[in-house]
Amino acid sequence: MFLINCPYCGERDQQEFKAGGEAHIERPKQPTELSDDEWAEYLFMRKNIKGVQFERWNHAHGCRKWFNMVRDTSNDEIKAIYKMGEKPPSQ
Amino acid sequence: MRNKYSVFSLIKNALSYHENWQRAWKDPAPKKEYDAVIVGGGGHGLATAYYLAKKHNMNNIAVVEKGWIGGGNTGRNTTIIRSNYLWDASAGLYDHALKIWEGLSQELNYNVMFSQRGVMNLAHNLQDVRDLKRRTHANRLNGIDAVYLSTEEVKKFCPIINTSPDIRYPVLGGTLQRRAGTARHDAVAWGYARGADAMGVDIIQNCEVKGVKRNGDSVEGIETTKGFIKTKKVGVVAAGHSSVIANMAGLRLPLESKPLQALVSEPVKPIIDTVVMSNAVHAYVSQSDKGELVIGAGTDDYVSYTQKGSHQIVEGTLNAILELYPIFSRMRMLRQWGGIVDICPDASPILSKTSIKGLYFNCGWGTGGFKATPGSGDLFAHTIANDEPHKLNAAFNLNRFVSGDLVDEHGAAAVAH
Repeated sequence: MFLINCPYCGERDQQEFKAGGEAHIERPKQPTELSDDEWAEYLFMRKNIKGVQFERWNHAHGCRKWFNMVRDTSNDEIKAIYKMGEKPPSQ
Repeated sequence: MRNKYSVFSLIKNALSYHENWQRAWKDPAPKKEYDAVIVGGGGHGLATAYYLAKKHNMNNIAVVEKGWIGGGNTGRNTTIIRSNYLWDASAGLYDHALKIWEGLSQELNYNVMFSQRGVMNLAHNLQDVRDLKRRTHANRLNGIDAVYLSTEEVKKFCPIINTSPDIRYPVLGGTLQRRAGTARHDAVAWGYARGADAMGVDIIQNCEVKGVKRNGDSVEGIETTKGFIKTKKVGVVAAGHSSVIANMAGLRLPLESKPLQALVSEPVKPIIDTVVMSNAVHAYVSQSDKGELVIGAGTDDYVSYTQKGSHQIVEGTLNAILELYPIFSRMRMLRQWGGIVDICPDASPILSKTSIKGLYFNCGWGTGGFKATPGSGDLFAHTIANDEPHKLNAAFNLNRFVSGDLVDEHGAAAVAH
């Protein structure tokens, strides 16, 4: 449990948010040309990093907007928050 | 030679004030090379080593554990054992484990306190009723004991449940598996460790894996905090940290690691003599032999390795517990903790070879791995020894995420995720 600084609403309890998993997984541009292996990679395989990870979050019980977060999963410390479409901060 | 535990050894050791019991397992330094190394000294890892030595004559093997054995999810779960899963593949897998549980204390000469007190799953809405009836039928077709209970039968089996129709999520019925129950989780780890050690397995604690050495597409050994260990076969049974080891080997797994919480109350006299689970409201409860209520809460929805969870998850579970069991309203909770569970997209485990020769993964048990401990160890040992899966774990391969042949057990996995 921690506080999240929503880029639209400010600091709120994590309870108001929904985690949306790993960020920057791009939807395949040519879905019809993808092999089964590539589909599996896109749909199921995850980095699941212990350490600094890039994630998507949604302010589900607030503004309902999506944004990105850089978080250390070994101690739940939030390193950075940035809006969708913005470039991820370099580590 | 390992001394046998018996009433005579108990009397003999009582006479010397219990000061001369033999060590249950040694504390060896790692050798330079093993025929196989198991990464992870929890129940599943120790069981794997035990069956590798016992059934496949692989005695020159080691278990490496970064902490102490049984200190991870083996010592953190709610000890529920059942096999009432929906699909044929899962029924085969979990009932194989349940059958081993039934003779495990005798096999290990170690009392794992396996208690077949029954597990009841409650239905709170019409869809629950349909799903549970379907699952009961599926179980019976697979030879797994299961019965569907009406609300009155639920009340009769566990009288402290509030079956009043005016609660927020009334009890509309339930299923019962009488062969299901609980076991003492620490004893499972200790019993397997003692059994494996007696057959020559080295159990190396405080030894963290730092790297997996590959030569092209095969495994050559592992880097650990106690030095390099050469081996051609590495079986990874690292639960929540499976992805960490996979990343070392350059593999990706379809897993997300999340905190799952549990809590126990102060000890009280016997009040609930079975296990009651309720998926819809997310409450499950049993009572330990010490008298504590053992309550399982849910997972947080974000990836975390912190072994703690959010307060609102516990609050939600306790709300549901209080509505179903008003008698517990003045109980005080004693301890709360979290474990990191590795969750697969289809809520089924992975016991599989990988694209790297000699590297095997046993992971993805998510929120319900304890029940499968003996079966998982047995089948994973078979997979490692023969470099081929047993027919009971063939469906639980990594390739199912490519072929699409998933084993969707979200309904039977008691923790919603």
